[in-house]
Parts: sequence; structure tokens; C-alpha cells
Amino acid sequence: MSTRIFGSGIKRREDPRLITGEARYTDDIKLQGALHMAVVRSPYAHAKILSIDSSAAAGMPGVRAIFTGADIGDLAGLPTAWLIPDSDLKTPEHPALASDVARYVGDGVAIVLADSRYQAQDAADAVMVDYEELPVVVDPHEAAQAGAPQLHDDVEGNIAFRWVMGDREAADAVFEAADVVVSERILQQRLLPTAMEPRAASAQYNAATSELTLWCTTQNPHIHRFIISAVTGLPENKVRVIAPEVGGGFGSKIPCYPDEALVSWAAKKLGAPIRWAETRSENYLTTIHGRDHVQFVDMAASNDGKILGVRATVYAGMGAYLSTAAPGIPTILHGLLYVGPYTIDNVFCESIGVMTNATPTDAYRGAGRPEATFLLERMVDKVAGALDMDPVALRRQNLIPPFADGHEVATTLIYDSGDYEAAFDKALAMAGYDDFRAQQAQALQAGRYLGIGVTTYTEMCGLGPSQVAGAVGFQGGLWESATVRVTPTGKVQALIGASPHGQGSETTLAQLISSELGFPVDDIEVIHGDTTETPMGWGTYGSRTTPVTGAALAQASRKLKEKARALAAHLMEANPDDIEYADGSFSVKGSPDQAQSIQEVALMAHLAWNMPEGMDPGFEESQFYDPPNFVYPFGTHIAIVEVDPVTGSIDLQRYIAVDDCGPQINPEIVAGQIHGGVVQGVAQALCEGVIYDDSGQLLTGTMLDYCLPKADMFPNFELGETVTPSPHHPVGVKGVGETGTIASTPTVYNAVLDALAPLGVAQIDMPLTAAKVWQAIQNANGGN
Amino acid sequence: MWPQQFDYQRADSIAGALAAIGADGKFLAGGHSLLPAMKLRLSTPDQLVDISRIDALRGIANGNGSLSIGGAATHADIAASAAVGAACPALAQACGMVGDQAVRNFGTLGGNIAHADPASDPPSVLVAVGASVTIASADGERTVGAEDFFVDLFETALDDGELITSINVPDLSDHQMAYVKLPHPASRYAIVGVCVALMMDGDTCGHAHVGVGGATVKAVKCAGAEAALAGSSLDDAALSAAVAALSDDIGEWLTGDVAYPEAYRSAMAGVFLKRAISAAKG
Ligand SMILES: Cc1cc2nc3c(=O)[nH]c(=O)nc-3n(C[C@H](O)[C@H](O)[C@H](O)COP(=O)(O)OP(=O)(O)OC[C@H]3O[C@@H](n4cnc5c(N)ncnc54)[C@H](O)[C@@H]3O)c2cc1C
Repeated sequence: MSTRIFGSGIKRREDPRLITGEARYTDDIKLQGALHMAVVRSPYAHAKILSIDSSAAAGMPGVRAIFTGADIGDLAGLPTAWLIPDSDLKTPEHPALASDVARYVGDGVAIVLADSRYQAQDAADAVMVDYEELPVVVDPHEAAQAGAPQLHDDVEGNIAFRWVMGDREAADAVFEAADVVVSERILQQRLLPTAMEPRAASAQYNAATSELTLWCTTQNPHIHRFIISAVTGLPENKVRVIAPEVGGGFGSKIPCYPDEALVSWAAKKLGAPIRWAETRSENYLTTIHGRDHVQFVDMAASNDGKILGVRATVYAGMGAYLSTAAPGIPTILHGLLYVGPYTIDNVFCESIGVMTNATPTDAYRGAGRPEATFLLERMVDKVAGALDMDPVALRRQNLIPPFADGHEVATTLIYDSGDYEAAFDKALAMAGYDDFRAQQAQALQAGRYLGIGVTTYTEMCGLGPSQVAGAVGFQGGLWESATVRVTPTGKVQALIGASPHGQGSETTLAQLISSELGFPVDDIEVIHGDTTETPMGWGTYGSRTTPVTGAALAQASRKLKEKARALAAHLMEANPDDIEYADGSFSVKGSPDQAQSIQEVALMAHLAWNMPEGMDPGFEESQFYDPPNFVYPFGTHIAIVEVDPVTGSIDLQRYIAVDDCGPQINPEIVAGQIHGGVVQGVAQALCEGVIYDDSGQLLTGTMLDYCLPKADMFPNFELGETVTPSPHHPVGVKGVGETGTIASTPTVYNAVLDALAPLGVAQIDMPLTAAKVWQAIQNANGGN
Repeated sequence: MWPQQFDYQRADSIAGALAAIGADGKFLAGGHSLLPAMKLRLSTPDQLVDISRIDALRGIANGNGSLSIGGAATHADIAASAAVGAACPALAQACGMVGDQAVRNFGTLGGNIAHADPASDPPSVLVAVGASVTIASADGERTVGAEDFFVDLFETALDDGELITSINVPDLSDHQMAYVKLPHPASRYAIVGVCVALMMDGDTCGHAHVGVGGATVKAVKCAGAEAALAGSSLDDAALSAAVAALSDDIGEWLTGDVAYPEAYRSAMAGVFLKRAISAAKG
């Protein structure tokens, strides 16, 4: 393998079009004669719909049609596609428009189709809906209690599933016998994914060919094709889904939403193209939210610092309906991570999925794994506190020793490779941990409150083996496919089924192909996001595109290389075994002036004038790749903070991240993923959080109140790396799209709590706003 | 984010603006408060009269011991103005802390005070220093003191169709002053904003002007805190007394929400009073 392009931090080829505004997003696509859709949404979190009077609205200028739930009987409800087994899962009906009961603020009850977006909104405001308010519950723990308002007749007690990992009695026995048990109620607050581009969908139906084209903001156009086909009844081969430029997703563009089904349905019904794009307010109300756990967690340890067990009961808020992948998030993607990088023999998790009068939740960057890593890291710090041990020493003592090819842990996962202590040591050295402890003590003398948080983590990504997907109820495969197609002039089109939307994969994957085949990186184009143009794939999420699609591309490239070697040998009248390859050129051993470039070979393959016996013409190969295992990136993150005890404000002074994602194809892009991930994770610790009032109104419905992270909240990040290849991946890479989010929340949280320890503060619900920190200090020392 | 239909007109002069404004019309200055409200359909005027290009409303002049700031002067112009920096530096500081540069380039002082968002920055300065607001209408002109101008939450002394033509600020170049704020982490508006202007005589504070916003439904002039500081050497005892008095001054007007409750804002008003005094002393 040539190493020049592999490992080079070349600039992202996506950026010029993104930065100059030339990128074409869904809502940039103008369709001749299109009607605009506006959705009439419930202003109540829970209400009976008594009647809908659209007569006044129907007569307004430009209005072409108004439909309610009663009109869309031929559009099936949205399916839930992660049917976790052995959990008594209930999947309540999720109609595209609510017709009897609205279950969260933003639930659609009618749509208006009009000539302009303004007219559609005017008419939507004029649709008169008569509601009868019902009691509301938004907190998942409360919703699971007896007597709570009920959302769905077929979901008794609001409990959609009860998923259990481990043996409760065995775990309880360990806890009873343990020297130390620490416990905490942890609130994983709801978060708003806030992709830069809100969701949008446009649809066009061609009656002559019976074909539907749907342009939409999706991370997985093939899954959207499948679901749109299922809900509309159109055969899958007559549905084309196109993901144009997609401006970020963070998981929120995985699910198939009512709006996408409705534009598809209306385009066929009305015989006109339909456009819809949500406003930011709609985005906050109706695009999935993330997290929303109330966790009751215990950790057991021995007096000499051995962690013996983790036990948790999790109430996971599902919101009003079960979104596409929702049940898998607080279960499979959560509980299985309960030992992290530590040797812990006893784990138990009961995860209860609870329906609430809130926006549905689903995968949000990290999806289940941040919630697991947080509880683990929080509890490790608490054990350290209880044992009066240095949290770093406690972590070191419990780390899994290095392994290069497979290590089974108590949650039944088989980690692929890890060298946790190496990353740990590197990060501690970068932070100057021992010196810091001295500075901290000195600062305290001067009345300054410094704190440090250290997180060691590993996580499971590169989703994943399809057999495992099937075993855990995921209603799809998790393989990827790719085609490497070389034109006669030696230019490359790589067609992939995955659908990158901001990750820089067009650059990374081109570098990977270039390093395999020797074509200059600028001659390689990566094409994605269109079910008709690209081969099948399951989408971009779960840090899987480089690990899974990358592997498919590496293998397709290797097939091409073998073909090229054989053809080159034939053309040079040499034995294939005597052919040497370097940097895109095939030469005969011992006679270096005789050489064929990959481009020349590609041309000859296309011309097919002189092919070896049995070789087909053309220069193109495809590969389906089903990963044999997940990949497990890991690392150590460290944060140093100072808390102003007078105002409760937190200053994040240093942030050190040492991550190991195997060999880095493009270190700049890796750094970018870590930066972005850290920022999102720190924001959960410090400032982001959904607030609903008791009636289910979203109080954080705009960016005036919902605090997105801002650049000036952060120091320059100090990044480091170790390189431990994945043993099962063709080029050894692991995913890195979510590690920053997974590791950073507990890192900063623990740092703040470390700073506050001298003031007697032991727990604060996230986000750690100045007001909450101040109040906790007041409560702890009575304001003195 | 789709406003209702409205008419748009651009006015060239104050008289033209006053003649054009209709019963359900609104003046459009920087649009940075009005347009978001219209897009959320919280505000639904049927007519906008754009006053942002009327030269007579944009100037900043210093004369007769007072600054006259045009009703449509932008935050950026005020923050950068040498005249404001000399006569009332706290106002330049407050305007310089409004939003970000893009917001300051569009947003105007007149629009800011007409909108009367309780979390705004400039009003605390205006009430502290005893500024006044000159208002024109088809019936003529009147001037209202800043304390009377701010009536309640989003409520001012302005009547429909009235135009703020200037904001008049006394020349306090002989004072030491500062505006400090605790910004809301999401909006960066003030959770608490405090303006202090001190007339120092050696180590003794001759008199003090104190105004608070953010924590209150409207900007409040804090007579109790001012009295506690006057005649003191700004020692710890005086500061504690001023903080205690401030809490009474703002008590009636205190506001809060789930994220930043009243108790927190009230405590922070005291903290930021002390920080403003120390910033003013330099
Ligand atoms: C992102 C963002 C951040 C912001 N951050 C801050 C902040 O930190 N601190 C802060 O104080 N403010 C902040 N603001 C508000 C900013 O100060 C606005 O500029 C100001 O509130 C409104 O001024 P405007 O010129 O844009 O008024 P407009 O939006 O045009 O008008 C607001 C209202 O005032 C009326 N009006 C305007 N001019 C006059 C006049 N001359 N006479 C009578 N009525 C008039 C209008 O009819 C309308 O009702 C922020 C705004 C934004 C968008």
C-alpha cells in the first residue's frame, strides 16, 4: 500500500461548495408547478381531536387541497424498524397525521397544499381544530408510574418495552457482598440534534411511468426507499430516493418521518410535485430528540479498588411514538457498553422504554453509548471518592490489558483490539496530571476552584455484522456495497450505498481508493445519495461509513488490482507472478523499463483488443462487505475547568483528547470529527438541554433558550493519538464519528464536580448551567 | 418562519415616516427584533415603514452637556463613537455587548428601547444616567425620561404611530462608569446587566447612578443602592449595604424563568453591582 495519500491531511473536497453556498440541498431543488405543503400541528401535548373545520382555509388564495387524518387512509402508519427481542415490545400505531388524539406538541393533524409557502402557512393557521385537552406526562420515570396519563391503548402503563441484560440475582448477590456500593440517579437530559440544515422533502410522481421520486434530507436513502414503498404501497423499484447535499444529521435524519410520507402520498394524489421544508421551530418540535434517560445506577467495588459490578435501571423516554430505530438505542447500543474499557465481571441493565407526551427520540450522535459511558465514568469517579482513591489510579487498576485480536467482555461483546493504557498514559502526560493536582491544591488555598476530569472509554461502532443486526431485531442488514468504476480515460467513479452528509467521506474514501490502486486522488469521485445511481447500502450512521463502506471499497479496489496485474502481465508477455506493483504502475521484475500504468491497463481493459484467455472486458468491480465484527475505537479524554463559585460559571480551560481509531486515512478529517464531537458532548454537560413545562410545551423551542455551544466556550483542543489497527478490517481502520461525543460529556462533568468537591457539592443534573451550579453551592453550604 | 403578508415602504424623512405610518403599521429599523417576531407570527403588522435610511435619525451629536443619539443610530455606530466613549462610555460598552457584529451593524438603539426586551443591555445604562427619549408623532414632539419610558415587560410609553427621533444622554465625562453583564449562554442577552456611574471625590463617592436590567421586567434605576454608595468610600460595608438595597430596589420588578430563576438573578444583580463598581474604578 502506498502511504503517501493514506494518512495525508489533504483538504476536504466537499468544502468549497459548502463554504461558497454552491451546494444544492433538497429545498434548493425547484420543481415546475410544485405545490407547497404546510402542516397544521397540535399546539397541545395531549388532546382529543374533536373536529377539524378547514372550510375557511380551503377558500383562501392559492390553496389547492387540505387533507386530514381521515383522508389518508391509504397511507400506512410509520413503521418501527428496530424490534428488539425478548422485551415484550409494543409498537403503537404512528399515523402520518393524528386523527383521534394528538400526543405531543407538533403532532401533525392536517396538511395544506398551496401555490406558495406563504399561502400554505396562512391557510394552515386558518384550519380550525377543536381539541379537548387530556392530562400530560413528559418525564419518562413519572410516565412509567401507576396512575400516569396513558398515551396509547395498546401500550399498557406507557411501557413500550422492558429489555434486560444480565442476571439480576447474580448481580444483586455481588452488590450485597461488595465492600463499597455507590449509587446515583443520573439524568441524561433530552437534547435537540440541531443539524445546520433542517429537514426537507420534495416529491414528484410520474403517472405515465408510475414512478415516484423523493428528494429528502436522509442519512440512508435506501432505507427511505424501503419505508416509503411500504407506507405508500408503491413497489420499491418504482421509488427513487435522492439525498442531495444533506447539511448534517447527527442521527436525526435516519428516521423516516410523517412529512416525507405525506409529500410522497400527496404528490401522487394531486398529480403535482410537492415541496416541504421545516422551519427551525418545527425542527425543534418534530425532528427527533436525543437521550432522555432517567437512570438509577449502582457500582460495586472492593476496598482495594477492584470494580466488581455495574447495575442500572433506565427509564428511556421514547416520546409519543416509537421512531424508526428508537427501541435499539437505550438497549442494544447502550447496555452492551456497560463495562467500557474495564474488567468488570458483573453487569446488569434493565432498560424500560416509556411513552411520553414529547417529541419522539431516536439515535443522536453516539446513540446509547454516550449514556452508557457517562454513567460508567461518573460511577468510577464516585467509587474513587468513596474509597478515597485517585480516580486515575482506580481507572488504571481496572483497565483491560492490551489485546490485538479479540477480547470477550461480560456484556458478551468481543472487542476487536485495544491498548487502553497507552492512550491513558499519553493523555495524562499531555495534561501533566500530577502537576495539576499540586496546582489545584494551591489554587484552592487562594479560593479558586479548579477541577480535572479523566475519561477512559471504548465504544462499539462500524455497525455491524448483519447476523448480529438480525439477532438483535434490527429490521435490515448492516453490510455495505460499493462499485469502483474506471472510465476508459482512467478516471474513477466510486459508487457507494452509504450516504455521507458532512463527514468528509468523499475525500477520505477517495484517498483510500487512491492508496489501493494508485489513481491520483483528484481523479477519483465518490458518488452517493441516489437509490437509482448507487448500489444498495444501509446508510451513514453509527460511525460506519469508513469502517464498512471503506472495507467494501478496499476490497473492490483489490479485485481491480488483481485484474490489472493479470492484464498487465498479459500485455507485457510476462508471468503474472513476475509483476511488481508500485504507485499505480505494473512492471516486470528485473526489467523496470517495461511498465504499464494503471490508466493504460484500464484503457486496454475497456478496449478489450487483447485480453488474456477467460478475462472479461471492462474495468469495474463491486463488493458487498459484511463486517465480521464491530470496531472498537478507544481513548482517554481529560478536561480542566475552573468554576467561579460566586456566579456558578464554568470556564473550560484545557481539553485533551487522545483517540485511537486505528490508522488515520486523513488526520485532519479525524481531528475535525473529534473537535465537532467534543463540542457536542461538552455542550450536553454544560449548556444544552430540552425543557418542557408540565403541560408539555417546549420551553426551549428556539436558539434564544436552547443553548447550542459557541466557539468562545472552548479552548484550543489538544489532540493526540495512538494507533491500534482493527484486526478484522482490510486497512485496520475504526470509526471516529462519535467518539468525541461519547467521551467528552463525562469528562467535563467529572471535572466540574471535582472542582466543586471542596464545597461539598456531589451531584447536579446536567446541563451544568451557572444557575444550577450556584444553587448547588448554596444548598451544600447554606450560602456561606 | 413565514410572516403574514404586509406592505413595505421606505421613508426618506421623519415627516415622511410619520405621514406614512398606518394604524396597524410598524416602523422597521434594524429589523432584528421585529422580523423574528413576524416570522414566528407573534407580530402581524400589515405595513412596515422602513426608517433605517433616514439620515436625520442616524447621527450622534454632542452639545450643551448632552449627547443626542439619533433614533436609528446602530449599536455598532454607538459602540465606536468617540463622543459616546467620552460622555457615556458605559453606553458604548453596552451597545458593544449587544449580540454579535452583524446584529450591531443592523440593530438600532431606538429599535432596542422601543422593543423593550427585559434582557436588553442599553436600557440599564439609560435609566442609570437619567437619559431621555424624544418622540415625534403627527401631533408634534414630546420628551420622556428613560425611567418613565420603560413601563413594563415589552411595554413603553410609546403610542401607536410614535417615532423615537433621539435618545438624549447627559455628558458624564467627569464620572467613572461601567456596564457589565452576565450573558445568557444561549442568546447572549443579559441574565443580569448592571450600569454604575460614580462621581468620585478622592476616595469618596460623591454620588452614584445605578441601573439594572435583565433580572427585571424592565430596566430599573436603583435609588436605594445609589444612596448606600453615596458618601461612602466604597468599602466592603458600603458595598454590602448597596447590594442589600439593590435587592429591594429591584424586588418589585424581578423576573426569572426555569433556567435562570428569580433567586439566581437577584443574587447575581448584587454580584454584578460589585463587579460594575470595580470595573468603573478601573
Ligand atoms: C441574534 C441577536 C442577538 C441579540 N443580542 C442582543 C443583546 O445581547 N443585547 C441586546 O440588548 N439586544 C440584543 N439583540 C436585539 C438588538 O439589540 C436589536 O437590534 C434591537 O432589539 C432592535 O433594534 P432594531 O433596530 O433591529 O429594531 P426593529 O426590529 O426594526 O424594531 C423593533 C421594534 O421597535 C420599533 N421601532 C424601531 N425603531 C423605532 C423608532 N425609532 N421609533 C419607534 N419605534 C421603533 C419597531 O416598530 C418594532 O416594534 C439581539 C438581536 C439578535 C437578532
